[in-house]
Amino acid sequence: MKIVVCLKQVPSRDSVLRVDASRAWVQEADLSYEINEPDAYALEEGLQLKEKHGGEVVVLCAGPARAAQTIREALAKGADRALHIEEENLGAFDPLSLARLMAAALAAEKPDLVLTGLQSDDLGYGQTGVILAEVLGLPHATIIMQVEKQDGTIRVKRELEDGWFQHVEMPLPALLTIQSGINKLRYATLMGIKKAKTKEVKRLTAAELAVKPEASIRFTRVYLPEKTKKTQILEGSPKEAAAKLVEKLKFEARIL
Amino acid sequence: MSILAILEQRAGAWHRMSWETLAAAQQLGAELGQPVSAAVAGGDVAGLAGELAAKQLEHVYAVEHGLLQDYTADGYAAALQQLIAAAKPQIVLFPHTYQVRDFAPKLATALGRVLVSDVVAHRVEGGELVLVRQLFQGKMNVDVRFAGEAPWLASAQAGAYRADKVVTGSASVEKFAPELSAAAIRTKPLELFRESQRAVDLTAAEIIVSVGRGIKEAENIPVVQKLAEALGAELAASRPICDNGWLPMERQVGSSGQTVSPKLYLAVGISGAIQHLVGMKGSKTIVAINKDPEAPIFEVADYGIVGDLFQIVPALVEEIKKAKG
Repeated sequence: MKIVVCLKQVPSRDSVLRVDASRAWVQEADLSYEINEPDAYALEEGLQLKEKHGGEVVVLCAGPARAAQTIREALAKGADRALHIEEENLGAFDPLSLARLMAAALAAEKPDLVLTGLQSDDLGYGQTGVILAEVLGLPHATIIMQVEKQDGTIRVKRELEDGWFQHVEMPLPALLTIQSGINKLRYATLMGIKKAKTKEVKRLTAAELAVKPEASIRFTRVYLPEKTKKTQILEGSPKEAAAKLVEKLKFEARIL
Repeated sequence: MSILAILEQRAGAWHRMSWETLAAAQQLGAELGQPVSAAVAGGDVAGLAGELAAKQLEHVYAVEHGLLQDYTADGYAAALQQLIAAAKPQIVLFPHTYQVRDFAPKLATALGRVLVSDVVAHRVEGGELVLVRQLFQGKMNVDVRFAGEAPWLASAQAGAYRADKVVTGSASVEKFAPELSAAAIRTKPLELFRESQRAVDLTAAEIIVSVGRGIKEAENIPVVQKLAEALGAELAASRPICDNGWLPMERQVGSSGQTVSPKLYLAVGISGAIQHLVGMKGSKTIVAINKDPEAPIFEVADYGIVGDLFQIVPALVEEIKKAKG
């Protein structure tokens, strides 16, 4: 089975976010980056499916030069090779033109299964996988918690709301968006890190892929959310703050 | 120019967010001076459409077909694409449910559009619609405008609009029969199920102590366990803690877990991603303990302590014991 896993590099969770001078994005100089967490689970699922059924795991990543680090980490964990759509200004691509870019990069690959995380931790559209499926003409299912390969088809477990699930069957090729927690993430081994250096990373550009950026939606201003609720921040040493909180819970909120 | 709200049902029962979306559509309609219609799709939605007929709407579309009985992305996207082509709305609104996340981006792509997903608010500036979304798991907001041609599609986040603002009135129901073929529906939906009977009913708890990523390791869970014991509280968690198996899934609060509204909700080391907030923001009193003063959890907290939970929580246990004598 040939499996393509789409990865995104995003600002790490602990990043300090400041609005940049254009007010249309955050200051990138302040940020450190990591793999988008749901995508890490998609990669792990791809690696486990390959181990069970054989085949190949190809990583697809659209991102600037710095994304090479995230691609290396995926190769170190066991992906066989990678496609890097290297573009410095991916912000110019709306989710549809970005998916067209990704589809163009996959044109020669003919994967049996495409996996993505269910959403990104930075933009949080939760759409790239579904849009890519439509552009590629593949059936899809979202928020997947289990993947079983059968003869020419797959059976997946979709997460619904409020603790409900549903099994869905579909033919291959198909695209799935993977939910965090579907599996247990592995660490790269020393051997894996060594091997990753020799694995193929094919660099592609939007110009080579002949896909132009489109902006059917525009970000006009990025800003810190206004507080809707007045939070009383209790200051002091841990002991003082704890004592103040107990006082509040007892006499103001009247819970204790 | 008009607005179309596409609402959600399962097995003949409304998804609770449908009314929020209808309220949002009516609000937009009033502000932009556009008529509002609503649609519901399924195998037989006559009863549900009848309920919509008692709301202030121009048209109620009952989108019915045997192949819409069970939800599939292929079936729903094809049916609604035909409805949009016939009704020609300028704005199409959805509730941001798991089902909408499954089919609406596909529908938008088929229309050559981009869905603005998970909208938390809107405003009209000089006659132009501005939608507000969250970025970075709720740490930043962004104003979004449509740049291309209509129809413009957007989905509204749970709780962003108030269901009780729906305006009543009267509307006639129109049946809309899309052309669908079984061969074009590639996925086969099977049974719906729940993992196990929930042994823990968090919804009945008066006090909940909930733990998030800030706890760092499974070995540290007893730190918050002691706090729960001191308060006589149920212990709950955000999704990553349950994903890691540090606490069982049945203790998860949030969109994929339980929705709770206790008298006191104490969030320890939880940053407050929206998926968590929707499950607990109805709590009467919310306390947050977090090292990051900018964490979104402080947006909903009544009381906050900024600092190291490993110092604060043990101190709090001591103070609670003292107070309780």
